[in-house]
Amino acid sequence: MSTVVLLGVTGLGLGALYFLVASGLSLIFGLMDVLNFAHGALLSVGAYATWWAASHSFGFPLALLFGTAVGTLAAVALELGLIRPLYRRPREQVLATVGVGLAVPALLSAIWGADARTFPVPAALAGTFTLLGASVPVNRLVLIGAALVVLLALRLFLGRTRHGLVVRAGVEDRAMVTALGIDVRRAFTLVFAIGGAAAALAGGLAGLYFGSVDPTQGSALLIFGFVVVVMGGLGSVGGAAVACVVVGLVQQFANYYSTAGLGDLSVVVMLAVLLLVRPSGLTGRLA
Amino acid sequence: MNVPALLRRWWPALVLVVLVLLPYSALPLPGLLDGPIGSPGSLQLLALCLVFGALATGYDLLLGRTGLLSFGHALYFAAGTYATGLLLTQAGLNFWLAAALGLLAGLALAALLGSVSLRMTGIGFAMVTLAFAQAGSILVQRDPGGVTGGEEGLAATGLPASLVGIQHTANLYWIALAYLVVTLAAVQWAVRSPIGRVWEGIRENERRVEVLGLRPYGFKLVAFVLAGALAALGGVVYLLLTGGATPQTTTSDFTLSLLVMVVLGGSGTRWGPLVGGVLYTWAEHRLASLAGSGTIAGLPSVLRVPLSQPLFLLGVLFVIIVYALPGGVAGLPARLRIRAVSRGAQA
Amino acid sequence: MTSPLLGVRDLRVVVGGRHILHGVDLDVVAAGVTALLGRNGAGKTTTVRGILGLVPRSGSVRYDGDETVALTTHQIVRRGIGYVPEDRGVFAALTVAENLRLAERDPDPAYGLVHELFPELKQRARQAAGTLSGGQQQMVAIGRALLNRGNRLIIADEPTKGLAPRVVTEVAVALERAAQAVPILLVEQNLALVRRLADHCVVLADGRTAHAGPAADLLADAEKSRTLLGVGRRADVPKDLVGPESGGDH
Ligand SMILES: Nc1ncnc2c1ncn2[C@@H]1O[C@H](COP(=O)(O)OP(=O)(O)OP(=O)(O)O)[C@@H](O)[C@H]1O
Ligand SMILES: [Mg+2]
Repeated sequence: MSTVVLLGVTGLGLGALYFLVASGLSLIFGLMDVLNFAHGALLSVGAYATWWAASHSFGFPLALLFGTAVGTLAAVALELGLIRPLYRRPREQVLATVGVGLAVPALLSAIWGADARTFPVPAALAGTFTLLGASVPVNRLVLIGAALVVLLALRLFLGRTRHGLVVRAGVEDRAMVTALGIDVRRAFTLVFAIGGAAAALAGGLAGLYFGSVDPTQGSALLIFGFVVVVMGGLGSVGGAAVACVVVGLVQQFANYYSTAGLGDLSVVVMLAVLLLVRPSGLTGRLA
Repeated sequence: MNVPALLRRWWPALVLVVLVLLPYSALPLPGLLDGPIGSPGSLQLLALCLVFGALATGYDLLLGRTGLLSFGHALYFAAGTYATGLLLTQAGLNFWLAAALGLLAGLALAALLGSVSLRMTGIGFAMVTLAFAQAGSILVQRDPGGVTGGEEGLAATGLPASLVGIQHTANLYWIALAYLVVTLAAVQWAVRSPIGRVWEGIRENERRVEVLGLRPYGFKLVAFVLAGALAALGGVVYLLLTGGATPQTTTSDFTLSLLVMVVLGGSGTRWGPLVGGVLYTWAEHRLASLAGSGTIAGLPSVLRVPLSQPLFLLGVLFVIIVYALPGGVAGLPARLRIRAVSRGAQA
Repeated sequence: MTSPLLGVRDLRVVVGGRHILHGVDLDVVAAGVTALLGRNGAGKTTTVRGILGLVPRSGSVRYDGDETVALTTHQIVRRGIGYVPEDRGVFAALTVAENLRLAERDPDPAYGLVHELFPELKQRARQAAGTLSGGQQQMVAIGRALLNRGNRLIIADEPTKGLAPRVVTEVAVALERAAQAVPILLVEQNLALVRRLADHCVVLADGRTAHAGPAADLLADAEKSRTLLGVGRRADVPKDLVGPESGGDH
């Protein structure tokens, strides 16, 4: 029983990381038709910035804030500098993000080395607590809590604010939004900022979860982010939330109860089966 | 017919003859190659360039000819390498049989996964192919049953004696060249066939193909399987060239580098992907040896640090090409011609 | 003669390598309804989309004295244009109220007018627009265009297409009300409606302006309306509102 609890909470923690990656990916794709291959790079930027700040005795919360801010700025710079000039050329936009996705991890490993750097986990988050007889690492709760806060904030933003309204409308029909006199490009920058912030936060929390940061973490998490986005239905934050829970749990349980690595495989098999049954994903939104 | 016209028509044959004869050349190309052309080191690099040129050409069958953005092409290449390697090391098969079965394995995998992924279109397709390839990559790296060698990779055994060792590099080079010719011929033939015209229609406007009463799915699957089989064949050649399999060839970065090659050379053109693949492979090797050399160590750290990472330079170069050279290298002559014409008109 | 509110000269549009407009000229004067007519495929919708910058275009589009052909869609619309697109363009996943709220640009949106013209929109404020009937969706689309008091031009592309006669009447009443305050550029196939609303008309054929003049003159001239619009033998178009009457067909 205690194993099940531990696996469940760990799976949810991993799912939380996936959600932070996938929510931004999904919004960016939904609104702009850009599959952001630089999203993993944004995550890594956030991870290294958080790690850097935490190693310079910022204190973990402040370091996380710093990392998130740096990731957000990087995302905005990416949108304004590289994506916007290629407006109306979605394929080139994707290619540009591919280039960034290759260059940034390489740059990070040029500066800080290709090997993993130990993440200074604060004492308060290093311990475990007992839940239904299982001793569960505290950091899992931090991850789940952060994902829930982001989910709630996104829901409020999308449902209650004018900018959120513009984003939702833009996911449906961008041209019509402009025909109502709205500068939809501002919403582009905004979703990049939101996505970058969530990815960078995921980076900082990944440092906490894995106990280290390395240049390849971003691309590894990005791929499961993609899986979650496809499963949840492109452009749907709610769908992503459901899918990340499923993916995180399946992965953990399968990895534990069969040989390691099978969990990752079973996630992909699940994706294949889902696509065969429902090509539009869980929420039924068309690609 | 006069000489220039003959040349215009037959230059590929001429280039092929030159390429076939290269191992007999002792010409040094300082700056471009470390040793003379015919030396084993140079031939090895040239062979790799040819393999990747061919691989990029096959990949462009999807990207440039049919308009399919697949992020999982590495999987079929790796399938060829690993299937052949495993049949050699585990089953102890004869090399040629193992190679044929390896090719078949890549083809079957492409048919199976292609039939699932092609249920999605556009970016959804890209993500699904990526996910499948990642699953393959994880499988290889986790090393189930200790057969794939995990991070270490796999050393092939039981290769024919004439294809092993430094003194036989020329044979490997010729095999790589043969693979390139096969790929170019297959792609050219397919693109010109009736199916190829449907691919073109799909790339331009899939809806219109549907309106004509054709189902794009089947045609896209043919492209996917053909490209996958060509990649698997390339994987077999790569196994020979490097004497084994490495997990790096299974990763998404590997597919992305194919994408970079194609875009660098010029997607959807006959020679562009080949040129891109050759340039990329050559640049990557030169940059890597440059990074390890003393030339860079003396530079200030602002320059030294990024220059020590070939992937960084290639990533940046790629972004620049996407912006500044949308047609890739293959589009360059036409662009220059246009510029010259417009300048002439101004003058 | 005073300069028109909207003056289009030699508008050309190429989409995907196909020349769709070869030079459209049209004026919308500062009052009343100008009808944009033409057979199916003549280029009416493309003209409207060109004016608004929704398709790449060249030529000259002067709105209120300023050249707008270099501006982006939202910049053009913000100069005071309400747009009712051909396919209605309502956001299916958004509620009726959200669809309207999205269109708000003025500090004091004219909800009173919109709800008076279309009381159903008030009752269905919280319903997802995608679940509305076609007629109700059209009311949302028109409501969005009427909401901003700052609009000085309304462009409506076949607002009665595919609607039942009762709803056609409702839409006509709304447009008539709106036209008292704002000039309208109306694309319309229903000639009875054109007769009732339009003061001026411009006829397109094969991506060019084929005729321009007072609407009444064209409709009175059976010969001309047949050649230009492809209307059938019934030269005298009924004066009361009937279902949509299609101009020639392809
Ligand atoms: N995006 C496009 N791609 C290709 N052709 C187009 C495109 N948009 C319009 N066309 C073509 O341009 C022509 C004019 O179309 P448009 O929609 O402007 O006509 P219309 O006058 O509004 O017709 P209708 O009365 O049927 O609404 C048509 O032949 C149409 O097929
Ligand atoms: Mg129309």
